[in-house]
Parts: sequence; structure tokens; C-alpha cells
Amino acid sequence: MEKAVVTVMGNDKVGIVAGITKELAANNCNIIDISQTLRQGIFAMILVIELPESLDLLLLRDRLETVGAELGVRVLLQHADLFQYMHRI
Amino acid sequence: MSYSSEEILETIDMVEKLHFDIRTVTLGISLLGCSDPSASSAARKIYERITNAGERLVSTVRKLEKTYGIPIVNTRVAVTPIALLDHDYSPDDYLELAAALERAAQTLEIDFLGGFSALVPKGFTRGDLNLMAALPEVLASTEKICGSLNVASTKAGINMDAVNRAAHLICRAAALTADRNGIACAKLVIFANAPEDNPFMAGAFHGIGEAETVINIGISGPGVVRATVERCPGYDLGSLAEEIKKTVFKITRAGELIGRKVSKALGVPFGIVDLSLAPTPAPGDSVANILEAMGLECCGAHGTTAALALLNDAVKKGGAMASSSVGGLSGSFIPVSEDAGMIAAVERGALSLPKLEAMTAVCSVGLDMIAIPGDTPPAIIAGLIADEMAIGVINNKTTAVRLIPAPGKKVGDKVAFGGLLGEAPVMAVNPYAPDCFVGRGGRIPAPLQALTN
Repeated sequence: MEKAVVTVMGNDKVGIVAGITKELAANNCNIIDISQTLRQGIFAMILVIELPESLDLLLLRDRLETVGAELGVRVLLQHADLFQYMHRI
Repeated sequence: MSYSSEEILETIDMVEKLHFDIRTVTLGISLLGCSDPSASSAARKIYERITNAGERLVSTVRKLEKTYGIPIVNTRVAVTPIALLDHDYSPDDYLELAAALERAAQTLEIDFLGGFSALVPKGFTRGDLNLMAALPEVLASTEKICGSLNVASTKAGINMDAVNRAAHLICRAAALTADRNGIACAKLVIFANAPEDNPFMAGAFHGIGEAETVINIGISGPGVVRATVERCPGYDLGSLAEEIKKTVFKITRAGELIGRKVSKALGVPFGIVDLSLAPTPAPGDSVANILEAMGLECCGAHGTTAALALLNDAVKKGGAMASSSVGGLSGSFIPVSEDAGMIAAVERGALSLPKLEAMTAVCSVGLDMIAIPGDTPPAIIAGLIADEMAIGVINNKTTAVRLIPAPGKKVGDKVAFGGLLGEAPVMAVNPYAPDCFVGRGGRIPAPLQALTN
């Protein structure tokens, strides 16, 4: 199954985790890892997800960006191969 | 998690804060099957061949850009050197072929198309001479077409007749685009030892040893390397080289990934990743700034050539580990107009043409995107080209010249080209005449380095 990385960045507030994970669940994406960190005062949440075969990554990207805009945070969705290639031999 | 939060955020920072991008995905297309005694028929075949082979190129690149979240700045096509198609075409025929190439580039919505080129290190065919005669008009009348001339090689020596012709072509191209600061010259490269798989413009062409089609990738990332160097203020130079290698490994891997994915999606063989550090005019995305971060007060100071040699070597070593197929130019670029740090160094009086020439002995590519006074005589331009070719031929490496004699401009003026081409301060050339030397013509023989068998 293809994996992707969701990165959420912005000012910390109530409902960010709920909003993003709700959208992922609605798209039948399984979250296999999740972490949160504060980076130079900015909230950053990283999720590694499994994409169902029927789901187009670019479609999910658009949907997550819409949710992010509603929550006032930036959401990036990138295919996990990028990180595998850049950081692992 | 199979990669840490720090690694993921490092990658995002590279793109968002440090200008990391894939500079170009370049599709090489052989046109050897498009030759025809009738130039009109050849033009039709060329258009069909390119638009068929490249039909899904731009859409595929745009999709992969979004999938991986890495900007891919340019999408380009490189074709077989057009002079190889037929020896009997007239200059007017070449203008017709150029129009077909331009139409194909517009149809595909690519950024540039390279390969309006001739390979003449040892001599000319009739086709070579006629293509060269048409070249200034082609570059002036088209938007996306780039041309190159390979006038020297370690195996053949330096074709000084070609060097002299090239100097006149450059002057003519500048005159034809005088109303646009001579921009046609920015699309013309004069090479020694031109690589056949180079994805970068203006010198890309599809070599005759290549497959019918191939995908080549050019990476970028001076900003990322500069940030690495800035994080290592107390390191000795050996340790600094190690850190640069690690960073270049990562950015090259991203290039390798994109290359393989484009290749798979289009069903086209993956060729090479070109490891060149390609600057842009954006603040911080500068090779000169990397050298300054190493500890030079200003690029051009004594020590600059040594710093560039270290950088270039570390880039190659980090990149070679990251990719199974490295090629093209693979070294640091030092184009003046495209690098804000280089421009600043010239304006401070710290960086001169002789220093740039010395720097080209240890990196790729050569005297690149340098504006010189518009009234520079062709013989002086020929001398500049000959010097640069000699560095390439003797050192068994690629060197190149991309000069813009800026019409009506004097030393100290500035010319703007826009976009990735940036803006160039007009630099002084040595005014003493090399006329009698370059005017002898003929060929500077191949050096002993050619006798390797």
C-alpha cells in the first residue's frame, strides 16, 4: 500500500488534530504514525498514512488543503517515497 | 516512523526556505529518423516526432511536482543536433526547421528546446556552415529555441575557424536583439567537450550515442548547501567537505526519485542526474554566497578558486553516492547574471573576468552569462572563447562560453534579461588585440592528453 506524509503547520489551537484526522478517516486513510512538535513556536504535526488504492493522492491533497484553510493551518501532503529516498540509503 | 520528524521537517525547510528545487526535467528526443531531402517535409516530421514523444511530458511533471511537493522549475526538450539531419539544407531551410521546432515547443508548453546545434571541433560540413549562418536569426526570431556549437575537444583540438565564426555569430545575435539587451546571446553556448546528456540550457542536445528518447534531470540547491556551510562555522575544510557531501546526497536523491518516476510514467528510459549546483537570481540561492559562507569576505577574493574546487568536489562525491547514473555537466555553475552573489561581487570590484576564467578550471561550466561592452570587437570575443576552450581541452573537461555583448552598453552599466536569466553588470574585457593570433585560423592541434590508447 502506498504511504504518504501529512505535515500540518500553524498556530496551535483546539481542533487541529480532530479536523485533519476526521478528513483522513472520511477518505479511508489509515494513520500508521503520528507525532507533534513545537518548532520555533509553531505547531507542527506529522502523520504517516496509508493511502487506499482507490484514492488519488492529489485529490486527497486538495481536500486536506481545504480543511487546513478552514482551520487556519498549512497542510502538506507528500508521497512518502521522497523521505525514503532522501534520508535512507 | 521510518523517518524522523526532524528529517521530514528538514526536507520541507529545504524547499520552503532554502529554494531547493528540481531545476529541470529534460526529455531527449532523437530526430535522426526525421531527415528528408525536402526541408519542409523534414520540418513536418520533426514537429510530429517531438509533439508525439513529448505529449504527456508537462502534465506528468506537474503531477509529480504535486505528488512529492518538490518544485520542478523547468520542463525542457533536447533534440539531436540539427546540423546532423542533412548536409544539403540552406540557411533558409534551417529557418524553416527552427520554426517547426518553436511550434513544437509551444504546443508542448515546455520552457526551452535545445539542440539547434553543430558539432564542429575538427571541421565543418556544408550543413554545419549553413546552420551557423542561420543561427543568429533563429535565436532572435524564436522564444524557446537554444543553440550550441561544440568547437573544441580534447581528441580534436580547437577549431579556430569555428571559434572565429562563433564570435561573429554572437555579435550578430546581439545586434539582432539590440532592443532586448542582446538576449539572443543568452540562448547560445560555445563548448569544448560538450556532454551529450546535459539537461541544462542553453547547451542541451540529444547526443548521437543516446537512446531514441531519454529523461535527464538537473538538480539545484545552492541555498541548501549555503545553509549547511553556515551551520559549520568552526569546522576545518575537510570536515566542511563532509557536511556538504551529506547535503548534496539528499538533494541528488530527490532528483533521482523524480527522474525515475517521470521515466516510469512516460515509458522513457531514465538517463542521468546532472549534479550541477545551479543558482537563481533569488536572494540566498547563490553559489557565490556559499563561497562567502566558507569564509571569504567576497567572492573573487584570493582563495575563491580553492573554495570552489572544494565545493565542486564535495558536490560530485555526495551526488555520485546518491545516484546510479550521474552525467551531464555535473559541477557548480558560476553564471554571473543568474547569481545575486556574483553580481554583487562584480559590482564591488571583487570579481573580474580573469578570476572567473581561473574559476572555470575547477568547476563547470565556463564564462557563463557574462555581459561585456556592446562594442567589443569579434576578435576579442574569439580570444575569450579560445582561452576557455584551451582550459577545457587541456584539462579534459567541459568548458563553455555564453557571452552577451550588450548593445550600446559600457562597463558599469547593467542589463536585465528577466526570469532565471537575471541581470548582468557589464564587465571589462582586456582591450589589447588578439587579432593576429586568432586571425591565423586553422586548428590548434589536439594535446598529448588525446593519445590515451
